[in-house]
Amino acid sequence: MMNRIDKCFEDLKNQGKKALITFVTAGDPDLETTEKLVLEMFDKGADIIELGIPFSDPIAEGVTIQRASLRSLNNGTNLTKVFDTVKRIREKTDKPLLFMMYLNTIYVYGTERFFNECKEYGIDGVIIPDMPYEERDEVLEYSEKSGVVNINLVAPTSHGRIKEIASNSKGFLYCVSSTGVTGTRSSFTTNFDEFFGTIKQYATCPCAVGFGISNPEQAKKMSSYCDGVIVGSAVVKLIEKSGRDSVPEVGEFVKSLKDGISQ
Amino acid sequence: MSKVEKFGEFGGQFVPETVMNAVHELEDAYDKYKDDPQFKAELTELYKDYAGRPSLLYYAEKMTKDLGGAKIYLKREDLNHTGSHKINNVLGQILLAKKMGKKRIIAETGAGQHGVATATVCALMGMECCVYMGCVDAERQSLNVYRMKLLGSDVVPVESGTGTLKDAINEALRDWATNVENTYYCIGSVMGPYPYPQMVRDFQKIIGEEIKAQLKEKEGKLPDCVVACVGGGSNAMGAFYDFIGDKSVRLVGAEAGGEGADTERTAATIARGTTGIFHGMKSIFLQDQYGQIAPVYSISAGLDYPGIGPEHAYLHETGRADYVAITDEEAVCAFEYLSKMEGIIPAVESAHAVAAAIKIAPTMGKDQIMVINISGRGDKDVYQVARYRGVEVQN
Repeated sequence: MMNRIDKCFEDLKNQGKKALITFVTAGDPDLETTEKLVLEMFDKGADIIELGIPFSDPIAEGVTIQRASLRSLNNGTNLTKVFDTVKRIREKTDKPLLFMMYLNTIYVYGTERFFNECKEYGIDGVIIPDMPYEERDEVLEYSEKSGVVNINLVAPTSHGRIKEIASNSKGFLYCVSSTGVTGTRSSFTTNFDEFFGTIKQYATCPCAVGFGISNPEQAKKMSSYCDGVIVGSAVVKLIEKSGRDSVPEVGEFVKSLKDGISQ
Repeated sequence: MSKVEKFGEFGGQFVPETVMNAVHELEDAYDKYKDDPQFKAELTELYKDYAGRPSLLYYAEKMTKDLGGAKIYLKREDLNHTGSHKINNVLGQILLAKKMGKKRIIAETGAGQHGVATATVCALMGMECCVYMGCVDAERQSLNVYRMKLLGSDVVPVESGTGTLKDAINEALRDWATNVENTYYCIGSVMGPYPYPQMVRDFQKIIGEEIKAQLKEKEGKLPDCVVACVGGGSNAMGAFYDFIGDKSVRLVGAEAGGEGADTERTAATIARGTTGIFHGMKSIFLQDQYGQIAPVYSISAGLDYPGIGPEHAYLHETGRADYVAITDEEAVCAFEYLSKMEGIIPAVESAHAVAAAIKIAPTMGKDQIMVINISGRGDKDVYQVARYRGVEVQN
C-alpha cells in the first residue's frame, strides 16, 4: 500500500497543485478541540496536518508554540491520550497525519512501541526537530519496519550536508526557511533560489518549506520554490486567541492559505 | 562526516539541523587546536597569569583531626580568578572561539559562576557577550547579575519553564539557532552535543592533573578518594579524569538532594533519573513516564539541573564512580562547618562535596588520603544561607 504522504503529493502533482501543511499542538486548548480543528482544517483545504506533541522544553519552538505546549501539558495531555484522539480522527479522514515531537518523548515511550502504535492508529510520519540526520539510527529501524516515515529537515545553514540528507529522504523533505526557531517572521533573508536550487538537485522526494510563514501572500511566494508550505505558529496564534471557539476562524484562515497557494 | 565519540551509549549530537554545521565546525576547530603547541601555550599562560593557576592543594589539618579518618586535602578552585573552576573552561573555549573568528559569545548560567566567568573572559578578549539566566536564579543570585553587567555583558532573564538553569540552556540554544553564523555557544558544563562534554572536560582536567602532581610532591602517592559536587558535572569531571585509570582511587560525586532524594523537591539525577535524550545528549535525566523533563529543586542554583553530563552517566553505569545525594540541610551544615573549621567559605555547590566527605572520611583509615574539590567560593551564597537559617541580612 502506498504511504498516504506519497499519495497526497502525487495526487497534487497530477493536479498541478502545491501542498498545504498545517500544524496544531495536540491538546491546545483540549483534545476535543484538536479533533475538531484537524477535521475543519482538512475540510478547508489542508492536505497534510502535523500534530505537535507537547514537550516541557521545546528548544526549536518560538514563544507561540512554547505557550501552546504549556497550555496542553497543563491540561494533562500525554502521548497515550493523543493516540486516542488520532484513532477518533482516523475514523473520519484518510488524509496524512504527522507528529511533530521531540526525540525524548519517543525514546522514553519506547521507540519500537511508539512506531508500532503510530502504524496502528494511522500516523504516517514523524518530524523530530532535535534529531539531526546523523542521529537517525535512533529511530531508523522501527521507522522502516512500521512504514511510518521519519521526515528529514534541512536548513539554510546545512550547506554541504544538504546533498546527503536530501538524497536520503522519504515522504517529503522539510526545508527550514531561515535560521532561528518556529514563529512568524515579517521577512526572510535566506537566498531561496540558491537554497532550493541545491535541494532540488539532490532531493528524492517532494520538498515543503516551513518556519515563519504566516499569511496567504507569504504562502504563495514560498510555494513557488517547492512542493508545499507548512504553516504552524500563525494557526496556533488563532487558537491562543479564541480557544475552543477558534475552529471557524482557523478554518477561514486555512482556506485563505489554500486560496493563496492555488492562485 | 564527523566521528562522534560516545561514552558507552551516552552522548551524541541531538541538536536541531540549523546548528549542526556549527557543531561540526566546532569539532573541526577543537580537533585542530587541542594539540596545537601554540594554542596550548597561550592557554597555559592565561591559566597561570590571569586565572592564578595552579590552584593550591591545602591540607585541612583541623578538619582531618575533627573527622578522625582520612587525611583531608582541599583543592582550592575557589581561589581562581572569578571564584570558581568555571574560568578554566571559559578561557579555553573563548580562546578557541577567537581562533574560529567568532565575535559574539552566548552562555547559560545557573548560580552565575559560569556567567561571571564568561563575562570576564569576554571583557578580556574583547568579545560581545550575552548570558541567559533563569529568572528564579537571577533573583536568588542578583549580585552576580550585576557583576556580569559590570563586566559589560548582557544578561537576559528567562521567564519560561521553571526559570532555572535548564530554561536558560533552552533559551541559549534558541539564540544559537537564530544567530548561528556569528555566535559561539560557550556551554558551562560537561554536557550538550559532542564535542562539548569532551572539550569542557579537557579544559577542566587540569584540576585532577594538578591534584596528582601536588599530592605526589606532598605525600608521594595517589589519593584514595576524590570527592566533588555534580550538577552538570564539570568540576567533578575535571577532578576525576586524570584518576579514572588509577583503579585504587575512589571517585565520589555529590549531587543535590534538595529536600531529599526521595522527595519531589530534588535535583538528584543519578539517584532518581532515567535515561533520556535532551539538551543535545543521551544521558540520565529527571523526567516523568512520558519523558517530560521534571522541575527540579536545590538550594544551590548551580546544581539545580535535571540532567548530568554523559561521561558521568557512563562512570555511574560502569561503577567507576559513586554518586551520593546530599540534602540542602546537609549542604548548609557543611557550608557552616568548613567556614568555622578551616576559615574557608565554600560555594554552596562545593558544600555538597564537603558534606559527602564528612560522611565518608571517618570510614577511611588514617593512612588514607581524601581530596575534596572546593569548586568555588561561597561569598555569593552568604545571603541565601542566612535566609535558609532565618537570619535577616541586607542583600
